[in-house]
Amino acid sequence: MTTDSTPLLEVEDISVRFGALLALNRVSLTIPRGEIAAIIGPNGAGKTTLLNCVSGFYHPYEGAIRFAGRDRTRLRPPEVAALGIARTFQNVALFRGMSVLDNIMTGRILRMRGSFLLDALWWGPARRQELEHRAFVERIIDFLEIQAIRKTSAGRLPYGLQKRVELARALAAEPQLLLLDEPMAGMNVEEKEDMCRFILDVNGEFGTTIALIEHDMGVVMDISDHVVVLDYGRKIADGPPEQVRKDEAVLDAYLGVAHD
Amino acid sequence: MSIADAALDTFPKRVRANAERLPRRIAIREKDLGIWQSYTWRDYFERSRRIALGLASLGLERGDKVAIVGDNRPELYWAVLATQALGGVPVPLYQDSSEKELAYIIDHAEARFAVAEDQEQVDKLLHLRTQVPRLECVVYDDPRGMRAYSEPGLLSLAELEERGDKFGLGQPAYFDEAVARGRGEDTAVICYTSGTTGTPKGAMLSYRNLVEMARIATEREGLGPDDEALAYLPMAWVGDHMLSYAQAIVAGFAINCPESAATVLADLKEIGPTYFFAPPRIWENLLTNVMIRIEDAAWPKRRLTQAFLRLAQDLERRRLNGQPLPWLPRLLAPLGQLLVYGPLRDNLGLRRIRIAYTAGEALGPDIFVFFRALGINVKQLYGMTEASVFVAAQKDGDVRLDTVGTPMPGVEIKISEAGEVLFRSPGVFQGYFKNPEATRQTVDEGWIHSGDAGFLDQAGHLKIIDRARDLGRLADGTMFAPKYLENKLKFSPYVKEAVTLGPDRPYVSALINIDLGAVGNWAERRGIAYTSYTDLSQKPEVYALIEQEVARVNRSLAEEDAVLRGAQIRRFLILHKELDPDDEEITRTRKVRRGYIAQKYATLIEALYGDRDRVAVEAQVTYEDGRTGTIRADVAIRDVSTR
Repeated sequence: MTTDSTPLLEVEDISVRFGALLALNRVSLTIPRGEIAAIIGPNGAGKTTLLNCVSGFYHPYEGAIRFAGRDRTRLRPPEVAALGIARTFQNVALFRGMSVLDNIMTGRILRMRGSFLLDALWWGPARRQELEHRAFVERIIDFLEIQAIRKTSAGRLPYGLQKRVELARALAAEPQLLLLDEPMAGMNVEEKEDMCRFILDVNGEFGTTIALIEHDMGVVMDISDHVVVLDYGRKIADGPPEQVRKDEAVLDAYLGVAHD
Repeated sequence: MSIADAALDTFPKRVRANAERLPRRIAIREKDLGIWQSYTWRDYFERSRRIALGLASLGLERGDKVAIVGDNRPELYWAVLATQALGGVPVPLYQDSSEKELAYIIDHAEARFAVAEDQEQVDKLLHLRTQVPRLECVVYDDPRGMRAYSEPGLLSLAELEERGDKFGLGQPAYFDEAVARGRGEDTAVICYTSGTTGTPKGAMLSYRNLVEMARIATEREGLGPDDEALAYLPMAWVGDHMLSYAQAIVAGFAINCPESAATVLADLKEIGPTYFFAPPRIWENLLTNVMIRIEDAAWPKRRLTQAFLRLAQDLERRRLNGQPLPWLPRLLAPLGQLLVYGPLRDNLGLRRIRIAYTAGEALGPDIFVFFRALGINVKQLYGMTEASVFVAAQKDGDVRLDTVGTPMPGVEIKISEAGEVLFRSPGVFQGYFKNPEATRQTVDEGWIHSGDAGFLDQAGHLKIIDRARDLGRLADGTMFAPKYLENKLKFSPYVKEAVTLGPDRPYVSALINIDLGAVGNWAERRGIAYTSYTDLSQKPEVYALIEQEVARVNRSLAEEDAVLRGAQIRRFLILHKELDPDDEEITRTRKVRRGYIAQKYATLIEALYGDRDRVAVEAQVTYEDGRTGTIRADVAIRDVSTR
């Protein structure tokens, strides 16, 4: 069995190859429970590939991924989701024609049990179950302050709100590990501030461990406990934000700031 | 017990009586987690008692002030009652106030305690505590995001109530004794007026003021425990304090707190209130929504709706003017009721309305007629904070277009020689807190100087023309009433705000704010691309659109009003930014601050009276987090034809 001291996620020496391109080259990282970890790096550094490996979209050809102490390298996405890993996407991937509420309800699907017949009749356990799930979803709606758009169809929302709905859907799965792929891309300052607050609140109130990819350095330095820097598929730095900020390899590769 | 019971001279006593008389009746509903949660009068009383004992355990003394800040929440209304039960004085504050504004009022009111809704308000309060050391304790309702706070003197409402329970065990008679010591002449609440001029002033209202005026209004309108109201206006506004607190307690009706400010219109529809109080702003929003939806409808529906709306407005106008009603429209009216008015009313959530007041600024006559034509009993109310709201209101069956109705029972009105409206009533306040100078300027031998110019007509109806000091004359002596013109402009769904200029000038001109929702929608339908508010506001097509609206106002002035027909709008421009309370251009209750605007936009105003047709301008804007920035734009000026 696992204890709280076992890191929630351990990635050990994984490599991913697309044809001749080595997208990840023996990358390792560890995310302890309850932490907010940021993965940064220039375009094409392999950040999203890393996230895709964790969520089971890609499988590394070497190395191992352990979740809560057990090897999970070869799982498929639904199995990963059932383990308690949820994610959002770099490009919003909502059901555009469905209401916000229904979109978030889909995040509960893995937790629903029932038979086709009972569900169709909306009777007995099926009804009770639906009400419980709805109550849970309402808590998330309240948490993310999206009451006013509960019944709006997702496709009609501005981009910033769609991102928030995507986060809501991921939270509906009650994940232990939440993977956020550029949660603040394309947002204005105010939306970014809101999103930062929500991420910190999710981490603080639900104790969810969060791994996020982000380009906005200010955001990364402000909210993460620990930063991993990738460049050309390699890990070049790993540590608390203050330390990474001063790391010369990082400055060279990513920040591009003159230093002497 | 009757609502006139003299022994029930304070709100804590009345709520206790309600809890005994109507224990299972709903007093407050709040939409929380998607569901309307109900609280009875007994819950109201019990929760307030626990909060009161908690405050007592923290050392709240008689006469201490308690700042209350947040959206309309049951817990905050209970905090008001709890404070009053101990002989303290609640000071409700505007929840969207900046830290500077909050600090001024909390300091001026000498508040020792504050009850806040959530983290947003707590952050402001904790921050301003460095400037206002007297503020000892901050209590918050919503624990969300508060886990990392460990400041001294900060505790949650749940913790406060637990403390209260312990305190109550030790001193079981404390609460009842404290309530029994309350007297009708004690100060019940201090309402800070948002102030179109200068710093806010704290109007002290006694229990007698509020209870008496609430009773008079309740009896006049026949309100009772079966009524429902929506508590959605800022708690700091005396209108909400009167309706959602004083009248709800006196009449025993239920109030409903919406889920959030953004969901008010949806919640309105779910609740379907019978008693509704709205400033012109809300009526204008409702009207804009209707207009947009009509424009978006397919043409047969649109034509049908527009035709029936025109018909109903024409009938209503005749009815209000006491003219005979032609037979054809009268025959068609039931059909309109079935096809248009009923569904529309239902859609807006106004189907069950028995009494709807409009107050604050004057509501434009066209908007007024529109809602009355739909069969909604909208009535003008004339009131002031200093009068415990009610001065005059239109009576059912005696509603006129151009008056604010007859004086409320117990209210005497007279007009000063300068044409200013003066009144005297049981609701006349105790004075401004720590500001005898301002009190002397406002009250003279019991008569309040309203600052409004007006007169009583032969039928005893009060007619308000404008703010006494705003009423002006053009350089050639023509009478000019700015608000009257602005309301006419604002009837257009495309015009959000308007400021007219004229005194001592050769002609009238206007600064106009477009409504981003309505004009944006209009532009989209015509395939006009825009990038921002500033960009949209300066499109030639938008100018043409607004020009038509201004021409319409000029036409109606020429047709309707002999006195004011000389004051037609000759030139106008569209402002490149929205007037915003954060930039101090309008007050939190959305009254235009003329003096400030005249100063800030002096270059624009000069250009309106020059002969150029473009002018470059810069404006400071304040973002919500307090930072400032500058918007630059090239603003166009247009001439309009007059008659």
